[in-house]
Order: sequence, then structure tokens, then C-alpha cells
Amino acid sequence: MILSRTLLKRHTVLPGFDLALGFALLYIGLIVLIPLSAAFLKTFTLTWQQFLDATTTPRVVASYRLTFGASFLAALLNAFFGLIVAWVLVRYRFPAKRLIDALVDLPFALPTAVAGIALTAIYAQNGWIGQWLPFKVSYTPLGVWVALVFIGLPFVVRTLQPVLEDVNRELEEAAAMLGASRWQTFTKVIFPIVIPALLTGFALAFARALGEYGSVIFIAGNMPMISEITPLLIITKLEQYDYAGATAIAVVMLVAAFVLLLVINLLQAWARKRQGGL
Amino acid sequence: MNTATSAIPTLPVAPAPAPAGVAPRALRNATTEPVWVQRVLIGVALAFMTLFLFVPLATVFFEALKKGVDVYLAAITELDALSAIKLTLIATAISVPLNLVFGVAAAWSITKFDFRAKSLLLTLIDLPFSVSPVIAGLIFVLVFGLQGWFGEWLRDHDLKVIFAVPGIVLATVFVTFPFIARELIPLMQAQGIEQEEAARVLGAGGWQIFWRVTLPNIKWALLYGVILCNARAMGEFGAVSVVSGHIRGQTNTMPLHIEIVYNEYQFAAAFAVASLLAALALVTLVVKYVIEQRVKGQKREIGDRSE
Repeated sequence: MILSRTLLKRHTVLPGFDLALGFALLYIGLIVLIPLSAAFLKTFTLTWQQFLDATTTPRVVASYRLTFGASFLAALLNAFFGLIVAWVLVRYRFPAKRLIDALVDLPFALPTAVAGIALTAIYAQNGWIGQWLPFKVSYTPLGVWVALVFIGLPFVVRTLQPVLEDVNRELEEAAAMLGASRWQTFTKVIFPIVIPALLTGFALAFARALGEYGSVIFIAGNMPMISEITPLLIITKLEQYDYAGATAIAVVMLVAAFVLLLVINLLQAWARKRQGGL
Repeated sequence: MNTATSAIPTLPVAPAPAPAGVAPRALRNATTEPVWVQRVLIGVALAFMTLFLFVPLATVFFEALKKGVDVYLAAITELDALSAIKLTLIATAISVPLNLVFGVAAAWSITKFDFRAKSLLLTLIDLPFSVSPVIAGLIFVLVFGLQGWFGEWLRDHDLKVIFAVPGIVLATVFVTFPFIARELIPLMQAQGIEQEEAARVLGAGGWQIFWRVTLPNIKWALLYGVILCNARAMGEFGAVSVVSGHIRGQTNTMPLHIEIVYNEYQFAAAFAVASLLAALALVTLVVKYVIEQRVKGQKREIGDRSE
């Protein structure tokens, strides 16, 4: 009753608001908010100096560099090829297109550990692809990047597809009538329409890659300072019963994740506005 | 149609006449690319997806069966593997229904009512997507672990959450809880509230409205949400890895079993168990595909009727 009286913006004849929202809030509180707050409260038991010491040792900083760098480069590759994949799936006809479209979601559905051992086997030096490459992929930072490309792939494609489908063909026709080449039409008409969605997809892939653990640890080799990702470092600290140290690093990653979440929300708002204006 | 600049037609539908002296070319659709560009782009897209998607998927099944069917069957019927499968099924059987109820409740309140702080609630639902699975596990250790908030109390009452089944369930629930809500919200938002309001005016009660009006409208999206949530719950690795303690035969789920066996260099066995999860992923995608076709059919039907 309290919920409906204080929160509802207008009168409604439909029942169940208090029950549904009450349950949803209780559930989120118990499963998400209280446990998440534990991470922040645990960090407050450290002094500022201890917090800095735990989160800025050379080994931890090396892991940030790898995690953020590989995630950024993986999201970049996904943005480029994701745009091509989305374009091809929306605009062209070719055999087995629907099957391929359905398989784009594979990284969502395939458990990360399964992806991890499969990618390691393929890109190992005697693997299907690894044997043809002049350099090592598995057990190097390059392997981390490969795993992150795999898990980020659906984000760009699935964010771009609906936007590309909605692009008004009349705009392209108008551009062609006015003498634009197809490339000009793409760069000056289509690309500006899809750029918010492309950036959103990039940010989603980047955010997902930052926290990824399962697929990376098999292929990374996990050498300290070289191929050790930050989530693994959190686990290592936990196994040494250094709970405060593990939590301090986790809080750094959480803050990065929340900032990205904010950026993604802003990008999506921008995308909606851009689409509404057209 | 690049020659059209010189003669701007009054009617946009009429193709511009080719200037005199230029041989008439075969007309090409002005809003698509030349065939060779299309072929190159399709080729690039397929090559990229082959390298990063299809080859890994094929590898799982290839490596699993490389040493023969006997080795495969032995690997998935081994005692530790069976107990891992059992634990995975238990954890999934608890967490999916919980998230189902939450998903429906959250979607009902968000899509059928207009209230303050709605976008905040939406952000909270998305939160687990942006939290690393490792951190998801860590926070439950901080709450229920020995040094955690309830650690001593749990020990005094001889209860175990961390390194036991309840911890695995909690971590799984956390990681998978947005999926069903996320599938339902856009659909229910698009469907609006007219049908429910009509049912209400005709005297239907709350549960009647839900079972007879809302549920038939959302059943396919709900089914897909459940199946996606199920696949993610069975495959969750990072969060479960932190809270499970990796006790063989007791707190190992399928993904953790894969890791242990893999690290013992029993690659065929690891890929055998992995192939079960990969098959589940494929089934999930097939169901998604079938449901999408149905939803498209439904939309077409509605379109026909309204004309």
C-alpha cells in the first residue's frame, strides 16, 4: 500500500503493483544490494594508505593494463567486424543466413569454461589455427585478447541490427539522387545514424570483457606481470585468505564497471534521441 | 544512377533519363552495393565468424570424440562427472524458478504501471551484467564466509553456505537473475495495458488477468528467458568457482569439473563434459530461433487482422 501511494504517478485499475514491486525490490535487495554493499563496507575497514598499497602494487597495475588494454582492443575489433556482420545480415541475402544469424548468440549461451578450453586447443601451437601462425597465441596476452573477442562478439552485432533495419531507405535514395556514391552515402548518411548504437555495442563488449574470467584463464597462461588478468588476481588473493586485498581490487573493478554502466546508459539515451529525431 | 545530378526529376519515382550519347547501362538499385562489394563483405563476415565462433564450437565436439565413443561415454559416466552433473542440475532447478518469479514480478510492475524511480529499478536489474562473475562470488564470501558478516553465526549453528550448495545456488541466482526480466520487459512494454484493463473492466481478478490475458501473450518470450537463464545457470563458472571450494564429488559443478579434469591433462574427458554444455547451448539457440519465427508469425497475424 505504501509503495502504490508514494510511487505511482497516476491512478490505475490494474492490481498487483504492491505485490510485484515489493517482491522485486526485496529480491534485488537480498540478492544484489546487500551483498554488493559488503564489498564496499569491507574496503572501509582499510585505511586509505592500505587501500592504495593493495591496489597499486606493480603486479596489480600490470593486471589492470592487460585487462583494460586487451578488453579495449577486443571491443575495437568487435566494433569493426561486428558492423560488417550486422550489415551483411541485415542487407544481403546468402545461403544459411538465418542459421548464421542464430549462431551470433553462441557466446551468450556457451559456458565460458567451454569456450576457454576450445579456444586454447585451437590456438595452441599444435592446434587447428595455432599451427599456421608464426607466433604464439595460447598462453600469451594475445590469447587473452582472442578469448575477449569471442565473448564480446554478440554485443555489437545485436545492438546494431535493429538500428540498421530501421534506417530509412528514402534517405539513401535521396543521397543517390543527389549524386552521392554508395561509399559517400554510407559514411555521410548511414554511419552517423548508427554511430550511437555502434558506440553502445562497443561499450557493452568492453564492459563484459573487463570482468571476464572463465574463458580467459585457460588460454592466458596466467603468468604474473605478463598474462595475469585482474579477476584472476582477486581469486589468488582470496586463496591466500587476503580478503581485504581481494576486496580492494574488486572495488576498483566495480567502480570501473559502474562508470561504464553510466556511459552505456547515456549512449543509449543519445541513440534513442537520435532515432526519434529521424 | 550517378549520372542523375544533371537532371533533377520532378517526380522522385521516375528514373532520370540517361544523358544523350551515353550507352544505357543496366539499371542497378541505388540503395545497395555492387555485387563484388557484397561478396567481399559477406566473405569477411563469414571468415571472422568462422575463426572466432564456428571453429571453437566444432573443436568441442571433435576433441570430445577424438579418442572414440567409449572414452567419451566413460568420461561422462564417471562418478565425479555424474555428481558434478547432479549438483549442476540441483543448483539450476533452484535458481531458475526463483529468477522466473522475480522476472515476472519485475516485468509486471515495470511495464504495467507508471511510477517514480522506474529507470533506477531497470538499472538495478542490469547490474549483475556489469559485475564480474568473480566479484559476484567474492561478495557472497564476504557475507557468508567464515570471516564474513554471518560467518560466526553460521558456524555456531553448524550451517554451511560457502564451499557448499547454498553458496553455489546464491552465486548462480545473482549471475542469472536479469535474463528472464530482460526478455519480458521489452515485449510487455510493446503490448501495453489495454487488454489487461479490458479484462479488469469486465470483472476479472488479478490472478485471472495474469493467467488468462498476460501469460498467453508473453509465453514464448517467457519460455526463451527460462531456457537462456537455464543455460547460463548450468554454465556459470567464475562466480561458482569462488564459492564452491572445488571439493571433488561434493561441490563441483559441471564447469568446475571441466576445469579440474582439463588441468590434469585429461583433455578428452574435459571436452566430453564440455560437449554436453555446448549441446545445451545449441539447443538454447534452436529454441530461440523457433520462438522468433513464431513471434514474427504472430505479429503478421495481428497485422492482417487489424487491416
